[in-house]
Amino acid sequence: MLLSDVREGQSVVIDRIGGQGALRRRLHEMGILKGTEVYVEKYAPLKDPMELVVKGYHLSLRVEEAAQISVCDVKTGLSPCPPNG
Amino acid sequence: MSSKRLTIALAGNPNSGKTTIFNRITGTRQKVGNWPGVTVEKKEGTVFRHGYELKIIDLPGTYSLTPYSIEEIVARNYILDETPDVVIDIIDASNLDRSLYLATQIRELDCKVMFALNMADVARTRGSKIDANKLSELLDVPVAFTIGNKNEGIDELLSMAIKWAETDTSNRPARRVQYSKDIEEAIDKLSQAIAASAAGKLAYTTRWTAIKLLEDDKIVRERLVEKTGAAAEGIFQLTASLRDHLRSRFDDDPEIIMTDERYGFIAGIVKEVLVNTNRQRIDMSRNIDLVLTNRFLGFPIFIFFIWAMFQLTFTLGEYPMLVIETAVDGVSAVLAHLLPQGLIRDLLLDGIVAGIGSVIVFLPNILILFFCIAIFEDTGYMARSAFLMDKVMHLIGLHGKSFIPMLMGFGCNVPAIMATRTLESEKDRILTILITPFMSCSAKLPVYIVLAGTFFGARAGSIIFAIYLFGIILSMATGRIFRSTLLKGADAPFVMELPPYRAPTLNSLLIHMWDRSKIFLKKMGGVILVGSVIIWFMTAFPRTVVYSKDYAAEAARLAAAYEEKIRTAPEDQIALLKTRKDEALAAIERARHSERIAYSLMGRIGNALAPVFAPLGIDWRGGVALVSGFVAKEIVVSTLGVLYAAGESDDSDALRTALKASDMTPLAALSMMVFVLLYLPCLATVIAIRRETGSLKWMFFSIFYSTSVAWLAAFCVYQTGRLLGFS
Repeated sequence: MLLSDVREGQSVVIDRIGGQGALRRRLHEMGILKGTEVYVEKYAPLKDPMELVVKGYHLSLRVEEAAQISVCDVKTGLSPCPPNG
Repeated sequence: MSSKRLTIALAGNPNSGKTTIFNRITGTRQKVGNWPGVTVEKKEGTVFRHGYELKIIDLPGTYSLTPYSIEEIVARNYILDETPDVVIDIIDASNLDRSLYLATQIRELDCKVMFALNMADVARTRGSKIDANKLSELLDVPVAFTIGNKNEGIDELLSMAIKWAETDTSNRPARRVQYSKDIEEAIDKLSQAIAASAAGKLAYTTRWTAIKLLEDDKIVRERLVEKTGAAAEGIFQLTASLRDHLRSRFDDDPEIIMTDERYGFIAGIVKEVLVNTNRQRIDMSRNIDLVLTNRFLGFPIFIFFIWAMFQLTFTLGEYPMLVIETAVDGVSAVLAHLLPQGLIRDLLLDGIVAGIGSVIVFLPNILILFFCIAIFEDTGYMARSAFLMDKVMHLIGLHGKSFIPMLMGFGCNVPAIMATRTLESEKDRILTILITPFMSCSAKLPVYIVLAGTFFGARAGSIIFAIYLFGIILSMATGRIFRSTLLKGADAPFVMELPPYRAPTLNSLLIHMWDRSKIFLKKMGGVILVGSVIIWFMTAFPRTVVYSKDYAAEAARLAAAYEEKIRTAPEDQIALLKTRKDEALAAIERARHSERIAYSLMGRIGNALAPVFAPLGIDWRGGVALVSGFVAKEIVVSTLGVLYAAGESDDSDALRTALKASDMTPLAALSMMVFVLLYLPCLATVIAIRRETGSLKWMFFSIFYSTSVAWLAAFCVYQTGRLLGFS
């Protein structure tokens, strides 16, 4: 599942960050790492960008950027999620 | 240590409260300028405390020190090259993980660093408590508590910084991030190679250089080549093989792995220092956002705020503007009274006083605008407005934050271009600056009103609206084109923090407002003054005009003839004849004035440009008016007034009658309006572009681009119109 598919009010765990170069590194530096829990707070009124809660702070991301991040569901615990840490 | 001067640099994340602390320390004794070569704002201030002269530098707020953005490069280079005595890293207590990420990177630079744990009170209300002693012990740095917005702990922070600066730490091994075994081995190997071939040539430690090379840091690579020349090649080969090894070992780029490991290291620290986290907290910020970025309410509220800002800036600003105008008029009246007729008086009145007046009249607008923007920024609403608008702006290849400067352009381009300072990416800033002048500013409106009102009657409103719309469309098209050509790539990713809402302090709002306005007054005042004097020179010289006929003699003859008539006329016609006489004399004076303008350097330029304007349907008089509009767009109307000999410039009815009577056609008027909409921005705006892009290149490019677009567009309008049979 991609982060851009996650609905408002859902929590997911980051699995893999795709893309390349500066954006990918920037996402890591902002604390979006494999195994990090992310809560999708809301989408902007025009459905783009989206607002996330990561490590206790709020971050906005364009949907096209979020589409490069694959995530897994916390509750159903789909297989690709490795244990945190 | 004999000199008692210390340099202290403040580092920290954006929104960490760094600027508030800087303002608290330095108060109004701060200097705002630009970092050399870039348009990132540089703030510094000097204060005297405990017998020391402390130079405080506010580094740009960053999340990291990787050289991806100018801010990060500036901050890192400052710490590396200027080696401040102490770096104070402001840690946002409610955002410990991310704050510590920057801290670990500063730590790796091997500078003397200490922490200011800021806003711990906020963190406490959120249910988390931080063990500062533990943090201090774990990272081996002094930690001070501060609450910037309540002015608490600032003095202790400075005393600690002074003490830390005077402590000899050369024998203490810095406690830093330990990477995993494979990475540490690679760092060691590379460090040895660097030490062997480049020892003493680099200003930084070999370990840091090795880490940066493994992270493929472009700037460190360049510096290595600079310092060691050919020896760098061997180091690069080793680096490449080590990077390959690590990549195959971890199945990812080494820089990503190292970022992950730093966060791992941080997670360990946070686990030890953060106690009693209960997640049940009242998050005001979130509640406010339920309304302000609400799906249905978000936009109406945003539009209301923008409308209010616009109203305040341009409506409220009008009152002090009138006062200033009156004052300037008063000064020039007094001077006119005191000084004898002549060149000096003309220079002083028409050149210098008029020039200063034209700048200072914008001051109320600028102050109010920057006050509003400071409120947006300090409360955290600016990030929300970008969040709301990003989708729309992204279509043009711009960041959501570009919206506000562009909108301000409808009022006045000078504050609009200065408002681009809120954009972080330089490319975004330049692109916004290039397209903002197409937003039709309020000074152009009088031109449209006269031309459209004269030639389009009842349809004038629609025509003017179409002109505005045309400007918006062109700016969007320009944005798209430039984004895919000139300013390619780096359409800044929208990885943007939405900081918690905060009540702004008046102190910091006023400092923000004044800092930016000061730049406007100082730098722009000087250049505009020179510009106005040049323009004055061009309209006032050559002084001795060779007229085609003797106006004075003609005026005398006419006056005599009327006097004669008046003497013989019956009683009831005298008044009428007197007005006739005055009118006739005024007409001669206007004709003389018109000829004098045509004769001046400015007029000659207009005349010389006549062939350029001819295909647009604009005659030499229109040409002169457009050239004079470079000083300020309002002047186009008054110059037209003089040249069409229509009487006093602000008497627009007379000008309309004269324009109707002239050979100007509605199509030519439309073409001229299009030209006025698009052609080169006024002098003040041009100077603002020079200031804000930091380069003459972009200034000339903007002038050239807008004028070419204006000519082409007007040409298309006029020639297509003619082909279609309009006139």
